[in-house]
Amino acid sequence: MSDRRTIEVTVNGVRHTREVETRLTLGDFLRHELGLTGTHIGCEHGVCGACTIHLDGAAARSCILFAVQAHGCEITTVEGLAKSDGTLHAVQQAFRDHHGLQCGFCTPGMQMTITAFLAENSSPSEKEVREAISGNLCRCTGYQGIVAAALDAAQKLRGA
Amino acid sequence: MGARNVGAVVKRVEDPRFVTGHGRYTDDIVLPGMLEMAFVRSSEAHAVVKSLDTSAARAVPGVVAVWTIADLGAIAQKPMVQSYPSPAIKQNFTQHPLAKDEVCYVGEAIAVVIAQNRYIAEDAAHLVTVDYESLPHAIDVREAARADAIPAHRGAQSNIAATVAWKFGDAAGAIARAPHVIRETYRQHRGAPHSIEGRGVIAQHEPAADQLTLWSSTQSPFLVRRYLAQYLEREEAGIRVIAPDVGGGFGPKAGHYPEELVAALVAMKLGRPVKWIEDRREHFLTTTQQRDQWWDVEVACEPNGKVLALRAKCIHDNGAYLPYGLLLCMTSIVPFPGPYAIPAVEVTLDCVFTNAVPTSPIRGAGRPCAAFIMERTMDSVARTLGLDRADVRRANFVRRDQFPYETGGRLPTGVTIQYDSGDYAACLDMVMKSSAYTAFEAKRAQAAKSGRWIGMGIASYNEDTGLPPYEGATVKVLPSGRISVELGSCSQGQGLETIVAQIAADQFDVDPEKVIVKTGDTAISAIALSTVGSRVAATAGPSVHLAATQVRDKALRLAALQLEAAEQDLEITRGAVHIKGVAERKVTLGELAKRLVSNVNVPLPNGFTPGLEATAYHTPERPVYANGSNVAQAEVDIETGAVTLLDYRVAHDCGTLINPMLVEGQIVGGVVHGIGNALYEHMKYDPDSGQPVTTNFGDYLLPIATEIPPIRLEHMESPSPLNPLGVKGAGEGGTIPGIACIVSAVEDALKPLGVKLNEYPLSPERLLELIDEKRSAK
Repeated sequence: MSDRRTIEVTVNGVRHTREVETRLTLGDFLRHELGLTGTHIGCEHGVCGACTIHLDGAAARSCILFAVQAHGCEITTVEGLAKSDGTLHAVQQAFRDHHGLQCGFCTPGMQMTITAFLAENSSPSEKEVREAISGNLCRCTGYQGIVAAALDAAQKLRGA
Repeated sequence: MGARNVGAVVKRVEDPRFVTGHGRYTDDIVLPGMLEMAFVRSSEAHAVVKSLDTSAARAVPGVVAVWTIADLGAIAQKPMVQSYPSPAIKQNFTQHPLAKDEVCYVGEAIAVVIAQNRYIAEDAAHLVTVDYESLPHAIDVREAARADAIPAHRGAQSNIAATVAWKFGDAAGAIARAPHVIRETYRQHRGAPHSIEGRGVIAQHEPAADQLTLWSSTQSPFLVRRYLAQYLEREEAGIRVIAPDVGGGFGPKAGHYPEELVAALVAMKLGRPVKWIEDRREHFLTTTQQRDQWWDVEVACEPNGKVLALRAKCIHDNGAYLPYGLLLCMTSIVPFPGPYAIPAVEVTLDCVFTNAVPTSPIRGAGRPCAAFIMERTMDSVARTLGLDRADVRRANFVRRDQFPYETGGRLPTGVTIQYDSGDYAACLDMVMKSSAYTAFEAKRAQAAKSGRWIGMGIASYNEDTGLPPYEGATVKVLPSGRISVELGSCSQGQGLETIVAQIAADQFDVDPEKVIVKTGDTAISAIALSTVGSRVAATAGPSVHLAATQVRDKALRLAALQLEAAEQDLEITRGAVHIKGVAERKVTLGELAKRLVSNVNVPLPNGFTPGLEATAYHTPERPVYANGSNVAQAEVDIETGAVTLLDYRVAHDCGTLINPMLVEGQIVGGVVHGIGNALYEHMKYDPDSGQPVTTNFGDYLLPIATEIPPIRLEHMESPSPLNPLGVKGAGEGGTIPGIACIVSAVEDALKPLGVKLNEYPLSPERLLELIDEKRSAK
């Protein structure tokens, strides 16, 4: 049961070399091996999106990826969104400005999905934003504040 | 004094940690030497556990122990504590921390594996073999309610846990005499909670002090401590329960659960901390849900739509155990007659055991069920008498001049039900205006020309919020000058830290962001109950206000001494007390606080108690009643049964708004919970096997962003006279009318076909059945 491999990953700009069990999920690797607990595990079957991270720039679900699949990859987690001086990313700031979060549990995954989406579509319509986050579940907000946050962040990022 | 914070849009003080991934939820906490648990759970709906073989599991490297109930010690051989005892409970089945010999629902915990990590614990749990002797099961609640039903518990005389009634006036007489009596049958289903963070617990025992500490993803740290203490026969003082950041609650996290007890017992027995984190499958199988209710309703009314009486009988599917007493049942019947002045009500409810997951309140508890009955009733009166739905509601509303209004109902404690304030008709007018209600028929006719079936729904509600007895609060001025607020109450995302910071900040003219707020820990001395029932803003909120006011008064009194001025000549600006109009003759709050800390051989000023702090309790005798009206527009594709929501409008009144942005978030989130209940969420069981068949997010649908229409809100503020802030709760006011409003809209869209909707959820399959029935009849 303990088939192990050594992997090298770059997470939020920091290079890590670790020996891991082949069955360790990427989400658990980030949380338990690297202590990056901002990535949340909500359903463990790839539906709720709380565990979304960026894998080589693309949004991906870390609960249904194995850590070994990320070997050689660049990963960004929610902890890597803000600048090193603490300045929030436009998406993070917009979440706060538009009450795009309540309990905060889906928030990191939502933000990672939206930042990846806005990198591809800098001027989305409301409908496109709703489609973009339709793979992320939020039980608190009813999504309205999240959609408003994404649209506002898009505008700020275009202006920046 | 600067601008007031109460009433303003203040950005949340919680958010910086949450948006950066620095929240601290239960699973984020790691203790030295901590082990993890996984449970072996029943695969049978109803069975006797004849034997277990744990040998293979115990042999897995990394496994520390595999235990059944027998291993948990003499203290754990009894069933769990009944959270809400009541003389009305006839059969009080609560479950054991681990099953003794009988299992009564799929998912009931039978054994626990403790291992170095969860992966190993789950490997081992799969290797435990359980030898079951299957028993017949009860899964259909109407069958289970019959006198000759298969018992959900071996040897039980019946499946009736309790029969409860709610009555005032002479309903039978009114129904016998009325010109119109309408009879309808309704079916309701409320599904599962699905906070995105499941439950979770860490237990740690320090033998030297015999101190047990639990971190639990709970809404009720004080109640978890109380029930743990009762069960474990320990003093509450020896137990500390902490609710760290909690990723949503919605009701089911308000109870106490077997896993919390098992974690405590394991930590004490092994002398090592243990963690259990619920996975989504376990959430489907074991976290309490709200299930089916069948209602038979008779309504007596006059030709003008004025309702004279309502008589109803409800069969309530309670699931396998009664962890939460009759709270859910009572909240299904006590809300009658909602916002209406109806002179006679008689509702009885049978609480019925089945072999399904146990139940507890979920957002709104039984209130959305009662509102569904009341609102469908208003629509049925309109339909039967050919009246407008809004007119029928108007004809029945409690009028503005009737407040405080006594419904005629009385709680078991003897307290009369009394609505404190509001203007229900004006709230309805607001939403009718914003939704262009009167212009809808023209819009419908236009849509019909292009083959579209659109409808408008309406629902009104009121809600008992801010339930007694209290949530305490301590406000302190720290020697640094910072203000601190400590509450035992906790938040699951509502923004409690922000609103209490706003309330406290107003007394000292400081920035709410600078207020230090601690919540959710039984080590905090101010006593709390639970964050449930839209009650904390209206209980803890006024307590914070009272405590902060006392601290402010004390600060002014002490400053008067130090500045040699009269108290009435002083004011507080930006955290300093100064003589009005003379900003430089001042003393800072920090300096005042330092004067009241313990300084060697410095006596306190004459007449002063230690510390610039106060603890206060707002102790209401009654709830305060929020209200509102909603209007939804929906379109039905009559070929596929698919429903599209086009628009949703809310006018609501939760008294004084502490933070309009947060209230809006609560209402919109609540509406969407109602959308899920009305259209998507369905916890299904296979009648033959008693197996749950919707145990993942592919089979059980939560509302997603693309399905949600624009939701627009208007606030009305009728301050409550019953607390010093005038506030009422808002956490459930979206969900309570939401289901009824959407069903009303869908029914209205199908009005040309004459489809009557007395049920939810409205799946496309079910709608097509109902549409086809009507089409084939034509």
